[in-house]
Amino acid sequence: MKRISLALLLITSLLFAFACERKGGPGVGNGSGPIVIGYYGDLSGRTSNFGQSTKEGVLMAADEINTAGGINGRQVTILSEDDEGRPEKAATVVTKLIDQDRVVALLGEVASGNTLAAAPKAQAAKVPMISPSSTNPAVTQVGDFIFRVCFIDPFQGEVMAKFAANTLKAKKAAIMLDFNSPYSRGLTEFFEKSFTTLGGQIVNKQSYTQGDRDYKGQLTAIRSTNPDVIYVPGYYGEVGVIAKQAQQLGIKAPLLGGDGWDATQLWELGGDALNGDFISNHYSVDDPSPAIQKFVSQYQGRYSKRPDALAALGYDAMRVLADGIKRAGSTEGTKLRDAIAQTQKFPGVTGLISLDAQRNAVKPAVVLKLQDRKYIYQETIYPEGMGPEAAAPAATSSAGPVAAANSPSPK
Amino acid sequence: MPILVKRLFAALLIVLLLIAMNQFMSDQGLFGFGVPPYYGRVIMLAGINVILAVSLNLITGFTGQFSIGHAGFMAVGAYTSAYLTVYYAQVWERSLAGLVGVTVAHALIFLFAILIGAIAAAVAGLIVGIPSLRLRGDYLAIVTLGFAEIIRIVILNIDKVGGATGFTVPGYTNFLWVGIFAVLTVVIVYNIVHSDMGRALVAIREDELAAEAMGINTTRYKVLSFVISSALAGMAGVLFGHYTQFLSTNDFQFIRSFEIIIMIVLGGMGSLTGAVFGAVVITIMPELLRRLPGDLSQYRLVVYSAMLIIIMLTRPQGLMGTREFGLSWLKRPQRRPEGDKPVGETKGVPIAEQSPVDRSKEVKPR
Amino acid sequence: MDTFVQQLINGLTIGAIYALIALGYTMVYGILRLINFAHGDIYMVGAFVGYFLAFQLGFAAGPSLVGLVVVLIGSMVVAALVGMAIERFAYRPIRKYARMTTLITAIGVSLFIENLFVARLGAAPRAFPQLLREQSYTLFGNAAISKSQILIFAVSILLMLLLQWIIFKTKVGTAMRAVSFNLNSAKLMGINTDAIISVTFALGSALAAAGGVLTAQYNPQIDPLMGIITGLKAFVAAVLGGIGNIPGAVLGGLLIGLAETFVVGYGQNVGIPTTFRDAVAFAILILVLLFRPTGLLGSTVQEKV
Repeated sequence: MKRISLALLLITSLLFAFACERKGGPGVGNGSGPIVIGYYGDLSGRTSNFGQSTKEGVLMAADEINTAGGINGRQVTILSEDDEGRPEKAATVVTKLIDQDRVVALLGEVASGNTLAAAPKAQAAKVPMISPSSTNPAVTQVGDFIFRVCFIDPFQGEVMAKFAANTLKAKKAAIMLDFNSPYSRGLTEFFEKSFTTLGGQIVNKQSYTQGDRDYKGQLTAIRSTNPDVIYVPGYYGEVGVIAKQAQQLGIKAPLLGGDGWDATQLWELGGDALNGDFISNHYSVDDPSPAIQKFVSQYQGRYSKRPDALAALGYDAMRVLADGIKRAGSTEGTKLRDAIAQTQKFPGVTGLISLDAQRNAVKPAVVLKLQDRKYIYQETIYPEGMGPEAAAPAATSSAGPVAAANSPSPK
Repeated sequence: MPILVKRLFAALLIVLLLIAMNQFMSDQGLFGFGVPPYYGRVIMLAGINVILAVSLNLITGFTGQFSIGHAGFMAVGAYTSAYLTVYYAQVWERSLAGLVGVTVAHALIFLFAILIGAIAAAVAGLIVGIPSLRLRGDYLAIVTLGFAEIIRIVILNIDKVGGATGFTVPGYTNFLWVGIFAVLTVVIVYNIVHSDMGRALVAIREDELAAEAMGINTTRYKVLSFVISSALAGMAGVLFGHYTQFLSTNDFQFIRSFEIIIMIVLGGMGSLTGAVFGAVVITIMPELLRRLPGDLSQYRLVVYSAMLIIIMLTRPQGLMGTREFGLSWLKRPQRRPEGDKPVGETKGVPIAEQSPVDRSKEVKPR
Repeated sequence: MDTFVQQLINGLTIGAIYALIALGYTMVYGILRLINFAHGDIYMVGAFVGYFLAFQLGFAAGPSLVGLVVVLIGSMVVAALVGMAIERFAYRPIRKYARMTTLITAIGVSLFIENLFVARLGAAPRAFPQLLREQSYTLFGNAAISKSQILIFAVSILLMLLLQWIIFKTKVGTAMRAVSFNLNSAKLMGINTDAIISVTFALGSALAAAGGVLTAQYNPQIDPLMGIITGLKAFVAAVLGGIGNIPGAVLGGLLIGLAETFVVGYGQNVGIPTTFRDAVAFAILILVLLFRPTGLLGSTVQEKV
């Protein structure tokens, strides 16, 4: 016992000696060196494709900014850390970024769970954090230093419900949600609420988990209730296969989804089974508008693949942050926070971004139809209190006679 | 000095030391010296991992039962205590604060939460252990793995504790708590190992059939060891949840159980100091690896698993084997049973491997 | 009624895959008393090898039966080699050591394979190329069976019959049975046990890889972590049928597949959420361990001192 205690004492004192520092040290650097921004996301775990995509968007934006001369003459440096998709690690890396690397702002995370774990650290340290794609309402409620550039679940769920009820005239809907994903559950909750308010009926609700091989059990159950539409607010990896298996089971009702569908692999997995389905999204990668096509071709040139929604959001998050720094004229926490909070009508590739009093992005959603490996614009659905004049660049271009014929003109 | 006084004195000393360390770790620091938040976080997590590693060591290292669902028991402890502290703590605090003051009220409530967390985890351990520990063989591994997954799924389904989003929890933990319980865990496990029960456990580890034949109720001891181990893990879970102040089922996936396994494999499964050492190393390693250039951190898990395989192939007893800290390993190794052996030995030597029979010594029949 | 038949077909389809993988588990356990944790990952490796083969050999362009056969056999061969390599380098050196050591090594190998693939290929799911011209055949009412499901049945049955033939009608098979009965006695009889063990691993891995390629036709989403849960369920199937018992593995696989599908399909009516799909397998495991640890077709093994 004595020897064990000795050993413990030794280990502990070594630890502490190593970690020791004098309290009351210097604050966050503010001068004229490079602007250090922290990015954190899942770069090695199960959802690393999300973290990597977003990072790619962020890096591309940072490089663009640097090539154009930086922000107020200072170059931008992105320090990225891997949180393995675990909330505990998210909090640890954010602590490190703030404490050790003295970042002036943070970009991340993709998954609301991880953002919720890390955001309190940023809030306490008064370092602004912009999440590219965390959609859970609770994220920005952590504090006034936390922002996001994406829809929140209540809005996106509502969008599809409105489309289903008003445009597709659906009366009965079934839902197939990704059980483990807060994003999917959030969308489901609000879709249900809206759809029933609009007079529709949810006839069946099934769930799956990521990694399931087989959805026929759930789909068969759904099939027997004969819905007009099926809401599948999940991620492309599973949705592609769900669409396929639904087709195999002879299900004719269109599938509806959200921006989680948006990735090239969706088509590889689902193929023609996806024709006739609809999604709500920030933008469309097939949108011919010059701003978006420039983004797509640059991304393609740099990474040899088409951007997905997450990359686009990462790109926009970085640019919104840069815009905030420019307007603030400083990287000091509170000043920067105020500048970001004043973001109005920022031209992002994912729409005209305005941040409301809750620091959430208010921008319209577009509804797209999936056809032959392309997204065809259907209509724009605006948040409450916003009209067509706030339309995103995507919405002001019609994508062809088909779209113009059956969509209310946004012009 | 009588033993009791000596022990009390030692305990007092340890507590004073921990209080000093706690102050050191806090924002104000100790005499102007402190710890940056990042390092502080690593130290706290290391402390919690020590509890997890030492408790796993009891069932896996000392009793020889491979359990890979430790994260599940941690989760049970974390979530049950969180349920209490989030929904009931305010009320209790108000009534108690009047009686004993806020700090003591806090401490009592947290102590209670830890107790409940440990008990809940112990019950879970009982439920998991009884079907699987009755049998010899490797079923416990699969059952614990499955159990941890099921617990995660069940918790995901309970919206009252945050469901898929996560659960924000008050921050009761500080280094003093972690330190006290880490020391407590080591003391508990040490005492178990050096008692009659401990000898029974080691006997079970070395040769279960022989132990049974010697009259040891193997099932009873296995279950007991498993339940204690789970209770301690639950305790760690409570401390963890109230430190990170945010509970999400993503923090209790298999990868966490695996990390705890690596800790005790690295340190040596039959050694307490080994477990502590392993816990500290594995907690610090990812942070050190972050400084590596570029994308090497992606390979961290590959490195861990390769490490596991290599250790098993070359030195399965880990760093410390079954020994505790000391300089005895410098001495010439004696032919003692608990020496430098792989964890457990095979039942005898297979026939084909034995040396040829030495006929010269053969006893000729009369 | 047609829903019931549909669920039946669905259940048997995934059951057949579990059976293919369970066979590998049961064979290895029968011989070495080792749970090869890495076996589920061989299933994944098979799917990925098939994926790369399909692209390298140009079959990814369009459905072709030749492509399917070549990819299937190719991935089975590669997986067999991988299985043998794992046995040779990770398991053989520690065969004499304590059970715990081998278990830990097995886990280490499993995690190594998974994380290597994640590190090199990324965790993002990929789409396995369509080698089969997909089509659904209506049986009656709403019940349909798809071509890929028929493929799974056909190939699984074929492979199982092949395995049966190997084990009971060839010398190697007899040797395998001898070794699983008593390794040391088999050695005394002059059987090269090391070689037989290698063959066992090779056969098991080939079957798992076949399962991987077949599943990929049915559900084209492949990712490096797909083997974990499937492998676990296949292991439960092997235990259910009686670990070490070959027909048991098949029976266990089919039963688990059916149980899972019916819980998902009808569970909601009795209050079981569909996300408990994976929990079904473990619930079955607990029940088996509690009431019939030797499995349905297994027999009690006397442990010699």
